[in-house]
Amino acid sequence: MVKPEDDCPEIELQEVSFAYGEETILSRISFTVPKRGFTGLIGPNGSGKTTLLKCLDKTLTPTAGRILLAGKDLMQIDLKTLARMVGVVPQQWEVDFAFSVWEIVMMGRYPFLSPFARESREDRAIGRAAMEATNTLAFADRPVTELSGGERQRVLVAQALAQKPELLLLDEPTSHLDINHTLELCELLKKLQRSENLTILAVFHDLNLAARYCDQLVLLNEGKVYACGAPEQVLSTENLEAVFGVRVRLRPETETGRPTIIFLPKTEPEVES
Amino acid sequence: MNVKMTKRSCPVQRRPLSFWLAVLVLLLVFLSCAALALGPARLSVANVLQAILGSTPLGKRFFPGEIDPLTQKILFELRLPRIILAILVGAALAVAGVVFQGLFRNPLADPYILGASSGAAFGAAIALVSGSRLLLFGLGARPLFAFAGTLLTTVLVYRITGKSGRSSITTLLLAGIAVSAFISALTTLLLYFYQEELGRVIFWTLGGFSYTRWGEVQVVLPYLISGFALAYRYVRELNLLLLGEEKAHQLGLDVVRLQRSLLFAASLLVAAAVSVAGTIGFVGLVVPHVMRLLLGPDHRSLLPLSALAGGVFLLAADTLARMLLAPVELPVGILTSFVGGPFFLYLLRNNRRIMH
Repeated sequence: MVKPEDDCPEIELQEVSFAYGEETILSRISFTVPKRGFTGLIGPNGSGKTTLLKCLDKTLTPTAGRILLAGKDLMQIDLKTLARMVGVVPQQWEVDFAFSVWEIVMMGRYPFLSPFARESREDRAIGRAAMEATNTLAFADRPVTELSGGERQRVLVAQALAQKPELLLLDEPTSHLDINHTLELCELLKKLQRSENLTILAVFHDLNLAARYCDQLVLLNEGKVYACGAPEQVLSTENLEAVFGVRVRLRPETETGRPTIIFLPKTEPEVES
Repeated sequence: MNVKMTKRSCPVQRRPLSFWLAVLVLLLVFLSCAALALGPARLSVANVLQAILGSTPLGKRFFPGEIDPLTQKILFELRLPRIILAILVGAALAVAGVVFQGLFRNPLADPYILGASSGAAFGAAIALVSGSRLLLFGLGARPLFAFAGTLLTTVLVYRITGKSGRSSITTLLLAGIAVSAFISALTTLLLYFYQEELGRVIFWTLGGFSYTRWGEVQVVLPYLISGFALAYRYVRELNLLLLGEEKAHQLGLDVVRLQRSLLFAASLLVAAAVSVAGTIGFVGLVVPHVMRLLLGPDHRSLLPLSALAGGVFLLAADTLARMLLAPVELPVGILTSFVGGPFFLYLLRNNRRIMH
């Protein structure tokens, strides 16, 4: 396997636009996602975060602009090759058919298998390692329909890891989880970023989570990049007020040094006299 | 809904694949022997054994006597092709059911319910009334016309229901009913103009194997083989499809191309089945459903074993159809509908969750 050049970024978006007919969703988006970094995509509802992810996994094709993945034009990469480079973890996922957890994870090996080929010992070893890394091996035989939300998300991460990707895309992976499972999943991602040399691009709804786990944040507003950079730069009181229309106070968190956002009431409380 | 979930997710202790394979093969052999021996013409066991074993070099040593020519004719020219065709058609309908259910991501999809069978019957009826003995590339006109009819109806139903991801049962059923009704009206129109073919065309709407000779087996074999091969080629892809189109795409699957290939494969199978045996309902619904309960949803085992079970099911049904009111034969389609109709209603009741 040819290792792509280390100096080129994992993802480079050049003036990417997308429109459904007349309605423009993304307009001239440009930013880069550095290799082995944890990048968060934030912005209000309808700012185009999910659409952008869909352009990256080739579910949608940009109407203008270019996307480079590890230096290669995304349009030139066929679906199977793409699936070996990029794993995607959706927001939520329902399946009505009672596959076992093991069967679900092994489907991540699909892009590596030729028709009729049985999974090799190596494929199974990769599947097992993916389950070990995500702490899902304990319920390998359980039907996936029986899992809790947190377990199911971890199984999806395991499936994505079985694809042996260099890039992991996540669309609000924690939006249906309680706080305990949310933190567990974020810690897991952070750990995998290091142990598997993964580049992570994740859409976050919760700004404090994004601030805590991401190395870089991209703030989208109305289909445009409003700000991009380190969390301390992007999450400024001015930016948050301009984009989300909320009043906030920022405090560095003592343990991590990352900014924490305290949301203030919409208007100044009236001082009672 | 939570109650439903726990009921649904109750882990099934599954027996290994080889167990069910052995059970089905044994059943198939047993039923085939029974179907050979049973029938309105009462043949003595001795004569049957004589005719079967006496014609093999090894068996001749033990059964050196004369072979009764009438027995031989009944066995090898009437009953054997009928048995083989019943097995093949049952397998084809069951596999088509498996493919449709994966394609529509809906356990209630079935060639009969989707209107695919009506499309095939219409195509076959056209071939029949046009009296065309014409052969295209050595393939009979009837299965070819039936194939065109099936492909048209399934693509139509798929277009109506498949637009928004997983199809709800309501849309699926309504689309199937509407398309079926339309196609059946066309078939009736055809009957109106060609009343001399009435008997044979009505045969298609009932479904049965009364007219089976070796010729029928020969004519549909190429369709069946290519249909089975194509469906089996995509077992892994069918699994991915059950995860949803988006997830399948993210795992590197070209979903649109797969859907086209699967529609093509299922249409080949339905067309072959219907062009020789008429519209036999519910085999594609009952068989895959039971097999899924026994084996789980993995198509790598579900598809081949459903084929086997489909053969067993339809052979059993056809043998019953011959025996129940002997010497009068029932059309086998009536029997499968007797089993399948209530089964379908039962499934519908238990699938309220996907109804909306």
